[in-house]
Amino acid sequence: MDFLTLLQVLDSTVRLATPLLLACLAGLFSERAGIFDIGLEGKMLAAAFFSAAVAYVTGSVWIGLLAGVTASLAFSVIHGVASITFRGNQLISGVALNFLAAGLTVLIAQTWFNQGGRTPSLTGNARFEPITLPFAETLQNVPIFGPIYYELISGHSILVYVAALAVPATWYILFRTRFGLRLRAVGENPAAVDTAGVSVVGLRFAAVMICGVLCGLAGAYLATSLSAGFVKDMTAGRGYIALAALIFAKWRPWYALMACLLFGFLEAIANRFQNIEVIGFVIPVQFMQALPYILTVVILAGFVGKAIPPRAGGEPYVKER
Amino acid sequence: MADSTAPAIELKGISKAFGPVQANKDISIRVMPGTIHGIIGENGAGKSTLMSILFGFYKADAGEIWINGTRTEIPDSQTAIRAGIGMVFQHFKLVENFTVLENIILGAEDGAFLRPSLAKARKLLKQLSDEYALDVDPDAKIEDLSVGYQQRVEILKALYRKADILILDEPTGVLTPAEADHLFRILEGLKTEGKTIILITHKLREIMETTDTVSVMRRGQMTATVKTTDTSPEELAELMVGRKVLLRVDKAPAQPGKVVCKVDNLRVVDGLGVERVKGISFEVRAGEVLGIAGVAGNGQSELLEVLGGMREATGRVEIDGDPIDLTGRLSDGRTRRKRGIAHVPEDRQREGLIMDYHAWENTAFGYHDDPSYQRGFLMDNNALRQNTEAQIEKFDIRPPDCWQTAKNFSGGNQQKIVVAREIERNPDLLLVGQPTRGVDIGAIEFIHKQIIALRDAGKAVLLVSVELEEILSLSDRIAVMFDGRIMGERLPDETNEAELGLLMAGITDTAEAKPELELQEAR
Repeated sequence: MDFLTLLQVLDSTVRLATPLLLACLAGLFSERAGIFDIGLEGKMLAAAFFSAAVAYVTGSVWIGLLAGVTASLAFSVIHGVASITFRGNQLISGVALNFLAAGLTVLIAQTWFNQGGRTPSLTGNARFEPITLPFAETLQNVPIFGPIYYELISGHSILVYVAALAVPATWYILFRTRFGLRLRAVGENPAAVDTAGVSVVGLRFAAVMICGVLCGLAGAYLATSLSAGFVKDMTAGRGYIALAALIFAKWRPWYALMACLLFGFLEAIANRFQNIEVIGFVIPVQFMQALPYILTVVILAGFVGKAIPPRAGGEPYVKER
Repeated sequence: MADSTAPAIELKGISKAFGPVQANKDISIRVMPGTIHGIIGENGAGKSTLMSILFGFYKADAGEIWINGTRTEIPDSQTAIRAGIGMVFQHFKLVENFTVLENIILGAEDGAFLRPSLAKARKLLKQLSDEYALDVDPDAKIEDLSVGYQQRVEILKALYRKADILILDEPTGVLTPAEADHLFRILEGLKTEGKTIILITHKLREIMETTDTVSVMRRGQMTATVKTTDTSPEELAELMVGRKVLLRVDKAPAQPGKVVCKVDNLRVVDGLGVERVKGISFEVRAGEVLGIAGVAGNGQSELLEVLGGMREATGRVEIDGDPIDLTGRLSDGRTRRKRGIAHVPEDRQREGLIMDYHAWENTAFGYHDDPSYQRGFLMDNNALRQNTEAQIEKFDIRPPDCWQTAKNFSGGNQQKIVVAREIERNPDLLLVGQPTRGVDIGAIEFIHKQIIALRDAGKAVLLVSVELEEILSLSDRIAVMFDGRIMGERLPDETNEAELGLLMAGITDTAEAKPELELQEAR
């Protein structure tokens, strides 16, 4: 593999890791506050569809993005009402939302666009275009640094940079602000927060809403940046991989970045080397495509070690007598 | 003489009902500033409900709350905190993986960013620690602190929020005697600084030793408020229970018979590879109670678990001369019960009962394969329920309803369900761990009587308790465990709490340590 191929694989890694990272951080906010969210997948899917559909209809990707985030937020509200207000089972609520998103997106897409459950291809302003960072072209010929800057760092859509900035922002919010302290506390021991006179319900809703916004960005990125339109089940399990990455990262933002890059890298490899010959055998394409998922299982089973989830995670808070 | 100062807290006619249950009924109380006021009552008497109303968890159905002479509505905890009320709950409300400092500022931060809040809290904490002798490492994680220190963090949390009135709910339930003593010194210090303290407990000794006035609650009502110096433990006990209570266990001298249980060089290594029991040997005879004293966590729990078949060990244990299996292969609760060993585990809620099961289902555990409960392939639930009814009657379990789930019984009645189940099988050896932890005084008396009755029927009893008083009053012989070893054996008549306390701290040479002890007492 030469230097340029490596750069291209890494470039692809960044693109593929972005939706994972956004979803992973979304899950991080929610789970740190004690609300398990298996519905990342469904929120992303809903956001992907509505962003693509609205972007196509309005011709503006920004309005599409707004629609995607709104759709994802609506799902968050349902999840919040079910699991916080009515103290329902968080896993069931999440699974239900996943089913709802899987069915609803295709159904609406079919009645709206009549293209077999997909949206028409997005072009022009209906898509996020790559941004060329300053000096990228002038520095292109500087050895080593030039190509890295030009190929790898520059030339992504704005959401990639948003995702990258979301990592330090998440870290700062969680560990350096009052809101973060309370959010982490509510996921560990909501009774402590309650007796300190802070609303458990309010904090958890705030966390679930942040989760919704980030999932919305992730979904919109999938449909309007990584691809040019919505297709059925386009999230392809990314919501679950993001959850796996979250466990792998032990619910920490910087580790989440690393975990998502790793999973992105696996996917990039699978996409790039579809027919590798190893000692005379041609490895089937299907195997290469399954590889990221297989490795997800292997990594989670073997390499995570002891990951301690937030202690009050999954438990609705009931004030004790 | 008219009182010039207003009471720190005055409650007027507080009532609160949960459905048909009247938890508090027309309760009035005056707590003067700068005093320690005890509220004593059995479990379920309504003490905690009353304090929850004061801390804004519940809204009273009727009544008024006056704080420092002004009528105050307390709709939520935030208001209570602002009114200067601080609460130290029985189960600490701390975030385990946060530092002390983070726990203290939680909910009382200055501004949106943590750094300045933490810096300010650190300074104030230092000040408070010095002022009240409450030293805690501000950067320690809660999970690394002992319960005694965790409780200090709770107190500091309240003081940091500028509490003038401190409510402590059963504060010594989880503390060792030394930690409890330290706590009471801290409370004395707070009182001298002018703080008002409300101490909720069901332990008479604590009331007598620390409070200025005491209010007694029974079945949701305030039955009396008296000056502590004007009353006696006997009188308080009577007021609490509503009848005369025997505080001392009345028992005849033991008539020890043959050796029932012989333990030889028993060793237990836990899952982390730490040796918890380091080669202990002892015997329990028929017709005697061997009490094992010690601060929690010195290997007593492991010992009980091994004998009860819940844990592996090495060494030798004989029942009636025949060894029992310690490898874990043939040892479980069921095989132990077949050998005549009954077990009242230390933690009734985790090991003794299934909290979501009915009382009658709980009485079957461990004995569900009893032939009298079988009807072909099915269980004879009617027989089981009849048996439960009989136990409820005999052990005075309240409410007398075998369809209640275990969690809806009070602590004392839960324990009675477990004790009834185990004792009614007429075991040769009864293992009892912390039989009266969190149990009210009436039930304590009852459970103690049952244990002694079993002893008098010629059975062997191995009692593990962290309550020295209990050990001293029930045991015929006392062994003290420290760091996985037995530090010594004493006869209850020939020892006292001070000597046992030293053994519990690992000081075996009590003769030499005595001068130091007297010195401590003199202080």
